[in-house]
Amino acid sequence: MAILVGRETRLITIGYTGKQGTFHSLQSRDYGTNFLGGVTPGKGGTVHEGYPVFNSTHEAVKKTDANAAMIFVPPKFAADSILECVDAGIELIVCITEGIPVLDMVKVRKAMVGSKSRLIGPNCPGIITPGECKIGIMPGHIHMPGRVGVISRSGTLTYEAVYQLTQREIGQSTCVGIGGDPVAGTNFIDVLQLFEQDPDTDAVIMIGEIGGTAEAEAARWIKENMSKPVVSFIAGASAPAGKRMGHAGAIISGGDTTAEAKYRILEECGVIIARSPADLGEKMEEALKQRS
Amino acid sequence: MNIHEYQAKELMRKFDISTLRGKVAFSVDEAVSAAKELGGSIWVVKAQIHAGGRGKAGGVKIAKSLEEVKEHAQDILGKTLVTHQTGPEGKVVKTLLIEEGCDIDHEYYAGVVLDRATGLVTFMGSSEGGVEIEKVAEETPEKIIKVAIDPAVGFTPFVGRKLAYGMGIPAEQVKGAMKFFEGLYNLYLSCDCTIAEINPLVSTKGGDILALDAKLNFDSNALFRHPDIESYRDPNEESEKEMEAAKFDLSYIELDGSIGCLVNGAGLAMGTMDIIKLHGGEPANFLDVGGSATRETVEKAFSIILSDENVKAILVNIFGGIMKCDIIAEGIVAAARVLGINVPLVVRLEGTNVALGKKILNESDLKIIAAEDLNDAAHKAVLAAKGEI
Repeated sequence: MAILVGRETRLITIGYTGKQGTFHSLQSRDYGTNFLGGVTPGKGGTVHEGYPVFNSTHEAVKKTDANAAMIFVPPKFAADSILECVDAGIELIVCITEGIPVLDMVKVRKAMVGSKSRLIGPNCPGIITPGECKIGIMPGHIHMPGRVGVISRSGTLTYEAVYQLTQREIGQSTCVGIGGDPVAGTNFIDVLQLFEQDPDTDAVIMIGEIGGTAEAEAARWIKENMSKPVVSFIAGASAPAGKRMGHAGAIISGGDTTAEAKYRILEECGVIIARSPADLGEKMEEALKQRS
Repeated sequence: MNIHEYQAKELMRKFDISTLRGKVAFSVDEAVSAAKELGGSIWVVKAQIHAGGRGKAGGVKIAKSLEEVKEHAQDILGKTLVTHQTGPEGKVVKTLLIEEGCDIDHEYYAGVVLDRATGLVTFMGSSEGGVEIEKVAEETPEKIIKVAIDPAVGFTPFVGRKLAYGMGIPAEQVKGAMKFFEGLYNLYLSCDCTIAEINPLVSTKGGDILALDAKLNFDSNALFRHPDIESYRDPNEESEKEMEAAKFDLSYIELDGSIGCLVNGAGLAMGTMDIIKLHGGEPANFLDVGGSATRETVEKAFSIILSDENVKAILVNIFGGIMKCDIIAEGIVAAARVLGINVPLVVRLEGTNVALGKKILNESDLKIIAAEDLNDAAHKAVLAAKGEI
């Protein structure tokens, strides 16, 4: 397998019987993911679309031996679902839910320190190793197995990048959407590190956004540690200044939060820049040619 | 979500955070009677708008008599204030806060914010208050002290001491400052703030520590558990279109270009704006329809875009994931039927149910400029806005 998910992944869905939970669980199964059932408290013991439903994540893990969970629980209750997955010992938790209060995530992140679980998201499209395993809401058919890793804060921009790669017959090893929320379970550096170590990945596309310093930190990490080429686009160069609220957020993150500042740091650190989201595929093609 | 200074102070008093006594006023008469009720011989007349930099723009004035309160209220009410946070169009003052005066000994800065890098709620304090804190951060970063709070432990006395001594607050006032910081932290957590900023935080000649100004911002994702804060919302302060969009779970920000954008996903929406600019055009808005849009919300999105008379062309860029292309297509057809789209419409669809989406558009009698990919879409939208296709 490439990174994090593959044929060995055994998936359950939290919030399985809801509309989105059902639709995307079945889509993941149809893609070839080893889907085993789901959790909806109060509906345990029933069978939904041919798969067992459990009252708790613990029970689901005990009965199915799941090692991955996909969360579709509404934002009010999603942080609790993540904690329940951690408590049940799930190795990979992918939280799709959008709109979780950020202070809930501050608690979750702290509670996860020292646990053996990894959280991807929240507010993310999920993760896919093309041809093997899809956990999330991304359209499976645009992907193609191959050797380029993709990591992004934005869902639909990830699809855009993947689509451009596939059109050029450049396949992907694993595509990870880390989500757009201020506090997330997995950051750029976590995934870059995995791609660097992965023998099935030759190069990486990294898609960032304005705000925060994650891209600048990733750039510095790449310079020090990454031997594989990285191509990057930062969304929001055209976003007008002054729409930002308050001063405190900007101060704590220093001056690295605009698209221009991020591009500058990425370039200084040897990352290949795509200033247009339409150029990601082409830039990657060039980078791969140069490498071989 | 933002609230006014007078509302922020009302909330702060509930958390035992010291502020000056004050009263809100919506007319000149109310301003004068507020000053009378407060008593004393000195008052501050403060414009209430959702933006910083009011003092410099002439929105904060000191009055030494009731006559002066009246003059200042007359002057400020109805005035358009332009500050570095309002944008060039400025904001009209409709509300005043009348506060008692105080003898300031020193002005400090205190802020609570979420540090994205660490994922922790973090206090910031500085001996340099009453000025633009960005400048302090840039020129003398050593004058800003930061203390992160462990969510499992919460606020403890050492955090208060570390801040107070670090900010250079005199020893005899440290206790008061600690109480202030603890209250501010409790408010931040209890109310799901994203920013709580006190600039300036002042020590008075009498030895009190209190908030002279207050800026609170709240996490809109958490408002479901704070109906009291939701009720502070001031419709005068928000764009009508942006509020209308929010009712339908659309994320919309008005800009001043000519190409209306309808996109799914915030990242792709920004990316679409970027590529329009790279092709020499200007986006008229940011609009993310999100993942759970229905035919009705797409129709609503169109009506909001079309209500902007600067819009000369519309670019629909959808990469379906959770959002299905056929839903968008149905929304476009419905909107065209109801609203009559009279500007060129460039559509690029890809992803989940794309074939079905394209079929719906083809079978309608709409004049649509189909785009193959992102570059093609931006190129055609820019030409269309110029009237060149």
